[in-house]
Amino acid sequence: MNVAVCVKQIPDTADPPALDPRDHTLVREGKLIMDDSDSYGVEMGLQLVEAGGGGEVSLVSMAPNGETTGLRNALAIGAARAILVSDPVLSGSDALGTAKVLAAAMRRLEPDLVLAGTESTDGYTGTTPVQVAELLGWPSVSFAKHIEISDGLLRVQRQTEAGYDEVTCPLPAVVTVTAGVVEPRYPSFKGIMAAKSKPVEEVTVAELGLDPSEVGSAGARQQVISVEAVEARKAGEIVVDQGDAHERVISFLQQLKIL
Amino acid sequence: MDKIWVLAEQHDGVPVGVVLELLTAARGFGNVIEVVTWGPSSVSAVTALGQYGAAKVYDVGDIGESLPGPKVAAAMAARISGGDGPDAILIGATHDGRDIAARLSVRLDLPVLTNVVGFDASEGGLTTEHTIFGGSMVLRAVFTGGAPGIFVIRTKSFAAEPVEAAEPPSPEVVAIDVPETGASDAARVVARHEEERSGPKLDEAAVVVSGGRGLGSPDNYALITELAQLLNGAPGASRAIVDAGWVPYAFQVGQTGKTVKPMVYIACGISGATQHMVGMKAAKNIIAINKDQEAPIFAIADLGVVGDVTKVIPRLIEAIKVRR
Ligand SMILES: Cc1cc2nc3c(=O)[nH]c(=O)nc-3n(C[C@H](O)[C@H](O)[C@H](O)COP(=O)(O)OP(=O)(O)OC[C@H]3O[C@@H](n4cnc5c(N)ncnc54)[C@H](O)[C@@H]3O)c2cc1C
Ligand SMILES: Nc1ncnc2c1ncn2[C@@H]1O[C@H](COP(=O)(O)O)[C@@H](O)[C@H]1O
Repeated sequence: MNVAVCVKQIPDTADPPALDPRDHTLVREGKLIMDDSDSYGVEMGLQLVEAGGGGEVSLVSMAPNGETTGLRNALAIGAARAILVSDPVLSGSDALGTAKVLAAAMRRLEPDLVLAGTESTDGYTGTTPVQVAELLGWPSVSFAKHIEISDGLLRVQRQTEAGYDEVTCPLPAVVTVTAGVVEPRYPSFKGIMAAKSKPVEEVTVAELGLDPSEVGSAGARQQVISVEAVEARKAGEIVVDQGDAHERVISFLQQLKIL
Repeated sequence: MDKIWVLAEQHDGVPVGVVLELLTAARGFGNVIEVVTWGPSSVSAVTALGQYGAAKVYDVGDIGESLPGPKVAAAMAARISGGDGPDAILIGATHDGRDIAARLSVRLDLPVLTNVVGFDASEGGLTTEHTIFGGSMVLRAVFTGGAPGIFVIRTKSFAAEPVEAAEPPSPEVVAIDVPETGASDAARVVARHEEERSGPKLDEAAVVVSGGRGLGSPDNYALITELAQLLNGAPGASRAIVDAGWVPYAFQVGQTGKTVKPMVYIACGISGATQHMVGMKAAKNIIAINKDQEAPIFAIADLGVVGDVTKVIPRLIEAIKVRR
């Protein structure tokens, strides 16, 4: 079984995020890292392929500037290859534009299963993977917290607001995984060395047969008027516990008539 | 705006909270408000939907064991291409809501505008407010892609208020067909599990007591449960301990969990990551207990206790019990 994992490369979350003041798009300069939310998909993919006895994990990533550093770690822990869709026209893509690009890449790869994160750390629209599924005409199961495959049928525990549903789904399919489904493994030294020679195929929008007007900022159809900091709540009273801080909590709750 | 659709997700005939919030918001800028619903007990929800302003209910009906995404989106898209389309579609940011929005977006070839927390129709067109960067900034934008705009709105962005009328309007119910969905609809729900919870619901409770990684061990979560119970509140959690398997996902507060707006939120051993704060910083009062004086949660707490949760909470519990 072949699994394709969507991995987004994002600015290092340790750096404060920034917007371009001219067009209000996210600044994506400098080094990108793999979104933590996607490390679970990579690990899940590796485990499913190992359990299924054959096949491989491919990575699919879209980034405007030919960035691959965010893919290396995933290659080092066992992914076999990557497709990087990189093209200047992709700058400013929204979720639908991104989904069109990812779906086109999937048509090239023809995987049995596509894994993605439930939502990315920087954009968190949470719609891209299911848009990919609809573009491919495939079923999808979002918010998976557990995945098994037997006889070509997926068995997924899907988180719901109240608990979870058990869902079955034939392949091919798109599944989004929540954080915590699996514990991503660490790369070994051997893995890091091997990753250097794994194939990373760079393709352009034209090579995927897409019309540039459908993707990038041309496709986004949203005009940003302003971006402002949310009015911050103010810090209140701070007490350092000397064995009696609970009394201050009690009097606070009394003032609010909770006690 | 002339016509607005609100996606009316309901369970056992009871609309989920965000639906009533969105109907209330839609009344502020729409002339005609219609809803789309589905499910075996969809008709039981009609009265409640009317009370919040729905003039018409499009009913997809029972979708059996299907996940809602493919069928509901296909039914909506067919109705829209048939000429009945609205100017805007409001969808609550629930799991099913997001799936439906995503599939509808592809069918209509229109983008989905997500993380909406506000609408402004005062200048003619519709301006939307979106939170970005984990809720630390607000972006205002207009949708330029023609009708309908598809908006996914964060829960608790609006207060739900019924229509003020002596006679609540009773909406017209129109059954709508589901076109062929093919393989996209092949997933089946074979069993449903609900977490047992007693006491008030997390997103409705007046008091929420949440625990984080600072509790140190899963056993210490019992302190959170006990304190919540004593205050007649609901226990909640940060994602760190949900991912670690200490408590079920239904307890999670934050960007990917529940949004809460209680009278008091008590954060215990929680650092205050932006993704956690976006789900609770609208609480009327915030109490934080954390042993690190530099923890970001203290920047938004009305009362901050610098201390060890495993010491402060047991003393707090004892003191409350003594008072009873
Ligand atoms: C896309 C995305 C979505 C996310 N969604 C959510 C979400 O919905 N909800 C959410 O909560 N998080 C979410 N997160 C995760 C978030 O970024 C943080 O990782 C998480 O909130 C941290 O949880 P925590 O505060 O319990 O743990 P930590 O950040 O590890 O903080 C533990 C705190 O406990 C304190 N502490 C330790 N020992 C004690 C003690 N004995 N007594 C008192 N204090 C002590 C420490 O000082 C520290 O401040 C999301 C992240 C991403 C990327
Ligand atoms: N540019 C991208 N490249 C690869 N995968 C992506 C990209 N954008 C989004 N995804 C996938 O879609 C998931 C949800 O992203 P989002 O819709 O941005 O919240 C991510 O966790 C990724 O798995």
